[in-house]
Amino acid sequence: MGQAILNVFTVLGIPEKEAGNPTVVTVIFIAAILTGLGVFDDIARVAGAGIIVPVTGFANSVTSMAIEYRREGLVLGTGAKMFALAGSVIVFGVMTAFIVGIISALL
Amino acid sequence: MQSLVAEKKVGKQSVPLEKTVSLVSAATVAGPKESLGPLSTFFDHRCENTILDEKSFERAERFMLEEACHLALVKAGLSSSDMDYFIAGDILNQIISASFCARELSIPFLGIYGACSTLAEGISLGAMLVQSGFATNILVATSSHNCSAERQYRYPTEYGYQRPEYAQWTVTGAGALVLGQGGTGPQLESVTIGKVVDGGIKDPFNLGVAMAPAAADTIYNHLTDLGREPSYYDLILTGDLGEVGQKLNKDILACKGFNIEPNYADCGTLIYYPHQKTGAGGSGCACSALAFLSLFYKKMMDRELHKILFVATGALHSPTTYLQKETIPAIAHAVSLEI
Repeated sequence: MGQAILNVFTVLGIPEKEAGNPTVVTVIFIAAILTGLGVFDDIARVAGAGIIVPVTGFANSVTSMAIEYRREGLVLGTGAKMFALAGSVIVFGVMTAFIVGIISALL
Repeated sequence: MQSLVAEKKVGKQSVPLEKTVSLVSAATVAGPKESLGPLSTFFDHRCENTILDEKSFERAERFMLEEACHLALVKAGLSSSDMDYFIAGDILNQIISASFCARELSIPFLGIYGACSTLAEGISLGAMLVQSGFATNILVATSSHNCSAERQYRYPTEYGYQRPEYAQWTVTGAGALVLGQGGTGPQLESVTIGKVVDGGIKDPFNLGVAMAPAAADTIYNHLTDLGREPSYYDLILTGDLGEVGQKLNKDILACKGFNIEPNYADCGTLIYYPHQKTGAGGSGCACSALAFLSLFYKKMMDRELHKILFVATGALHSPTTYLQKETIPAIAHAVSLEI
């Protein structure tokens, strides 16, 4: 699906190397919309890792927490809990990037 | 000086009652998924959606509980002022559904927590209070809600993840009953209070297996305390062991020399159709409440079943304990009813 969107952007005149960024943004947007509509969890039950592991799963974890805790208020609910599930992805993502960065610098 | 032996207790865990306490009335309020299940026609009130025009799922659950209490009182022809005690519990933190419901009812309130075994715990306590003359009428109630339970125990409702096949689905709904002296309903014959048993399970999705040893322990002790065989009962009914847990329960009891196969059923396996994709069946406080207080209460009133042993099971873990890698302790209470 990502490839199809990427192709659309290339047709629109964005060079293939740079078309990756708008593609990711679009996929995240779609995942967030699907979560908001309440169908993402149903798709995930069928599609499995294909939709949970990529950036769509990340978008879903943030959006679903944001919706779930909206009732506890914007600051202490949505704001505070939004990254409760996705936070560890960010922490370990940054850490891994840092370690890999040091290794590549040393080589 | 009076003897210090509890004269009314038999064996280690059981209390025979004098069959003067009865289930005067029972009422059920079911969620939308449950209302599409096999027991649909037996429910008193079927909800069309999970939020019910309320601000939150917690408020929706509370509404269901209040509705169930109201219906049970109406069916009994009594009002809340006729009730001596209100015994209730649920699976949300600080049993908020029960205590907020008690705020509306203004009946002296005993909040209990037995996880999904709450209904049997409430009936046991209520029956002993009525039997011993401390109360005339007692309202017992419990509830659970799939969405409020999911967010507390697992993930947000819209979070996409794959549930294992052996996982169970928390039932949305509420059940309430009135216990009273005399009456024409099913009479309480004996109760067995369960011990906490830990089978060493750590997976919070595998609750049926975690609770099966507790169910088997309580059924075994009930039968040995009272010197009975499983065939004494028309039906032995466990609360929410699900497909996997009920098999384990039968196996454990078979190893201990009791064959319950011919007259055994589990509420968790009865509440949904297989095509409703709930995994191994239903769970939650409302699981046993919806099945027992609708279908089986009616079967007793119709004299199709005369003797039932109702064993509600509960997993006593919390989201904190399983993250800290603790095993899941479980409990089961048994209530014997006759008509």
